[in-house]
Amino acid sequence: MQTILRVLAYVKRYWVAEAFAYLCMLGIAASRLISPKIIERIVDLGIEQGQADMLLNLVLLLLGLTLVTGLFRFGEGFLTESVSQDVSYDMRNEAYAKLQSLSFSYHDRAQTGQLLARITSDIERLRMLTGRGLLRLLDSLVLLVGTTVLLLRMNLSLALVSLAVMPVIFLIMRKYRSTQHPRFRDRQNKMAVLASRLEQNLYGMDVVRGFAQEQKEIERFGKVNKAVYDVSQAIVRLGSTVNPLVVLLASAGSVLVLWLGGRLVINGSLTLGQLVAFNTYVLQLVGPMRRLGFLVTGITEAQASGERVFEILDARSEVEDRPDARPLGHIEGRVAFEDVSFGYLADRPVLESVSFVAEPGQIIALLGPTGSGKTTITNLIPRFYDVTQGAITVDGTDIRDVTLESLRSQIGIVMQETLLFGNTVRENIAFGRPDATQEEIERVARAAAAHEFIIGFPNGYDTEVGERGVTLSGGQRQRIAIARALLLDPRILILDDATSSVDTDTELKIQAALDTLVAGRTTFVIAQRVSTVRNADLILVINRGQLVATGTHRQLIRESGIYAEIYHRQLRQDLSETEVA
Amino acid sequence: MAFSFTPGGGRGAHLHVSDFEDVTGKAFDRKITMQLLAYLKPYRREMIWGVFLMFVGSGLALLTPYLIKQAFDVHIATGDAKGLSLIALVTLAAYGLEMATTWQRSLTLQTVGNRILNTMRGELFAHYQRLSMSYFDKHGTGSLISRVLSDVGVINELLSQGLITMLSDIVMLVSIVAVMLVLNARLALLTFSVLPVMVVATVLFGRRARVAYRNTREKVSILTGRLAEDINAMRVVQAFTEEERMGNEFAQINRENRDANVEAAKLASIFTPSIEVLSTLTTGIILWFGGRAVSQDTVTLGVIVAFLSYTSRLFQPILDLSMMYNTWQSAMAGGERILGILAETPDIQDRPDALPLPDTEGHVEFRDVHFRYIEDTPVLQDVSFEILPGETVALVGPTGAGKTTIASLLSRYYDVSEGAILVDGIDTRDIKVAELRQQLGVVPQEPYLFGGTIAYNIAFGKPDATMDEIIAAAEAANAHDFIASLSRGYDTEVQEGATNLSLGQRQLVCLARVILAEPHILILDEATSSVDLRTEGLIQDALEKLMAARSSLVIAHRLATVQRADKILVIDAGRIVERGTHAELLEAEGLYAKLYVSQFIAD
Repeated sequence: MQTILRVLAYVKRYWVAEAFAYLCMLGIAASRLISPKIIERIVDLGIEQGQADMLLNLVLLLLGLTLVTGLFRFGEGFLTESVSQDVSYDMRNEAYAKLQSLSFSYHDRAQTGQLLARITSDIERLRMLTGRGLLRLLDSLVLLVGTTVLLLRMNLSLALVSLAVMPVIFLIMRKYRSTQHPRFRDRQNKMAVLASRLEQNLYGMDVVRGFAQEQKEIERFGKVNKAVYDVSQAIVRLGSTVNPLVVLLASAGSVLVLWLGGRLVINGSLTLGQLVAFNTYVLQLVGPMRRLGFLVTGITEAQASGERVFEILDARSEVEDRPDARPLGHIEGRVAFEDVSFGYLADRPVLESVSFVAEPGQIIALLGPTGSGKTTITNLIPRFYDVTQGAITVDGTDIRDVTLESLRSQIGIVMQETLLFGNTVRENIAFGRPDATQEEIERVARAAAAHEFIIGFPNGYDTEVGERGVTLSGGQRQRIAIARALLLDPRILILDDATSSVDTDTELKIQAALDTLVAGRTTFVIAQRVSTVRNADLILVINRGQLVATGTHRQLIRESGIYAEIYHRQLRQDLSETEVA
Repeated sequence: MAFSFTPGGGRGAHLHVSDFEDVTGKAFDRKITMQLLAYLKPYRREMIWGVFLMFVGSGLALLTPYLIKQAFDVHIATGDAKGLSLIALVTLAAYGLEMATTWQRSLTLQTVGNRILNTMRGELFAHYQRLSMSYFDKHGTGSLISRVLSDVGVINELLSQGLITMLSDIVMLVSIVAVMLVLNARLALLTFSVLPVMVVATVLFGRRARVAYRNTREKVSILTGRLAEDINAMRVVQAFTEEERMGNEFAQINRENRDANVEAAKLASIFTPSIEVLSTLTTGIILWFGGRAVSQDTVTLGVIVAFLSYTSRLFQPILDLSMMYNTWQSAMAGGERILGILAETPDIQDRPDALPLPDTEGHVEFRDVHFRYIEDTPVLQDVSFEILPGETVALVGPTGAGKTTIASLLSRYYDVSEGAILVDGIDTRDIKVAELRQQLGVVPQEPYLFGGTIAYNIAFGKPDATMDEIIAAAEAANAHDFIASLSRGYDTEVQEGATNLSLGQRQLVCLARVILAEPHILILDEATSSVDLRTEGLIQDALEKLMAARSSLVIAHRLATVQRADKILVIDAGRIVERGTHAELLEAEGLYAKLYVSQFIAD
């Protein structure tokens, strides 16, 4: 209930429009309660007694009432929809802003698909609730109570008999919804499985053929296909039964009215017009009855959706500006780790007591096996995560004391997984500085050895990335990501496996360009190759979250056994090195 | 505010904007229709049963208002209580029967629909397994997926529901009109005068609704797409502190989605009341003119009650039929695409007399092979070479020279345009494709894993492998250690895009997969992207072991590989321009020497 109330709070801002919508709804309900009465008069006075004037007036009244109701209907439909769309608009913006503020550790845990489903379909379900859902619920209740009262007043015994079917309809619909709805969801899930099977088969077609597994794949797909069929059939069986059943029940009620009411007409205790009106009321109850059954379950589902959405909105970011955070001024680029420990989970340290100092302009190479903590170290500098113990300072200032914006804007980073946006090459390079000039963009593209291949595209810098037509190779994407980072002209540069997907030739080009660009910047490089290590001012050898050796290549090759082993056994032995060696 | 004595009409005519899916193209194509109808053939009996039930149901639906009219005119008017009871009973029975037919009809037809859906999906999938690789290059995977997911659905809708609904609507429409004319021609004609207005309103609304609906669909898919991209990119956005700009851009898209929906809602909010006003107008006409006639004794009250029931049943078929055009149109468009795919014959097929291939020794020969994807654009010319059992042959050359094509031809993903490829002296076109490929082990440049567990992925080429065999293969691929260290070991699910495994780990799993399949010939497209150093060592070690005992064709990117190869073929512009060992080729100072210098010793 609390969740629902919280959802409804979003409507508050639009209360004027919403109030009008509900007024319209009441108007419609009133007219539905009145019009059978008019018909009763038409039959009794206009037709049976042949009062032509009365007949004309009543028919015109009926038409006039419908016209007014039509306006109400428009008001109701349009206003509720607008308000509910506004509500979902607000919720989506809020959720989006929240996701932006949540730190990496949240995004590490969250799955894109789930977040997406919450922001799209769960919010859509809440929209339905705040819009038509609630309105229909109240509308149904008003009609139900109003009609029942009128029927009871018209003829108590006839009313009691004919209303007997109504609770049954309500129960059937509620049961129907609660049985059928999980099946719908089940089918949706099974369809998703089918889609992903298909997708994987098609993307992996050469593997399927290479291993001659076509027949097996057909069988596997057949199983999923059959599962979809089975649940669809379950839905069909129930669906095609319930609908006629409800109509039949309503019809039975109507026949009861005809039979019992007809007898009352014959013995004179009911007029013909009343009989017709009575029947109209009874039939008018069927709709609200069906809806109520549905809506009751619908609210439970909206509740679950609400909980999922609020889970995002209530998530707390682990990295936030302190209330007294101040902007970090222009920095020199001295980075110091002071006894830093860190763990993604409380009981599993990833880094333990790491301390080192990177002087402005130095190149720091990080070296060590996968999972040793290299990327973690680079992620701590821009405060993607906060240290669990110790401190990181930039130019002597603890990075937790300054605003995130001022810190991150001075750090350029090329991540391990290159992620580009689905717009043009230019926009991608200018991502961090949308106002950059063409000259600036070209300059950094050249530095990242990207300019040449970019102008090779028919549309040059205006080429759409990832869209049909030109798709970029891994190496090309990486070079664009490097250009993107360089454009910020950052004081601190972080290259995490930045050249892993480029060939040797290109890497050497980038290396050469970087050599001039890193000048004056503090650069952290996660090293893959011998040449990188040799150029570094400081090498950090990391193993199992601990800094096991630091120094230059010359020092370490003599003093550190583990370094020597990594150097000889694991670094990429380019030909240039073997020649030299 | 139509009032009526029959519950069927009580629901009222209703349409939603979403009923107007936007499609363009022909609404009727005889050839496509016939081919689609063929899918109904196995269900001839069900369809006949459905049509029969439809007729019975329509008859009953027409009968009940008449029975009620009789009750009013004959029994209530004359005070015949006994007759009233009887006719009430008959009416109830008629309702009961009508609903029974509705129930059976909808069950039968929807079952047929589900069956057809199932068949079509299965057929398409099976066909995809046979189509040539070039078909996928040309058409794109995305569109092939949407064939199976959505096009199939619209066709099914037409076949199982649309046709019968249309028939039933027409039957209903014609018979209601006829019955009304018989009951009272003058009143009937007066009632019908509203219908043209209604049809025009529906058509006009339909046209605008289609545009509005397309717009909402477009906007919501833009919104979803953008959201997906941005959630994935959240780390980059934060790293570059572009939250504000991205937030504003998202709000803009969010706003457009809202506006499109409100616009569509506006249309629907105008349409539904309009139809209601029209239907009340009809009621008014019946009551006014009918009422006058009753007092002049030319019409009975029962006729008026029956008329009100009939007209309320008249509107839904009209709305339905105005929608049919769309159903046909989407079904035709979808049908054309699907039938087009199914009509596509695979280029690569087993010859009728294709031979099985017993375990090969691994002798491969390319004999004067020419190949082109498109006429007049040769990709390979005059390629001849031999791989002796156990030999490693390395292909080297610039990007686009034709190295990958040579590997694809050996797997028979394409057929040679001229010349022949022989395995153990047999032309590969004379061998059953499946048997040929079972002898080949392909290690692609980009390791591809399927959804499912790691064990499933390793056993992909040999689904009946035991756990011991799987572990042995993983051990041979140096993959066992990392797999065993995962919390669920071999039962670890590979996530979408295999994001829970590193690139190197994926490569190791792929190697285990090849090892388990025990190929006699290995085709290896060396990865250009490097993985972490330790894993790289594991991969190289496993590859060495794998290649040692087998004939191997390697698209080489690494120095160590070319140095180890028995033979190097230098490919340029679709031809073999040089061949020999590493040392020989360096000495020759040709293209190889040049490539070698530029690729490996640029500084």
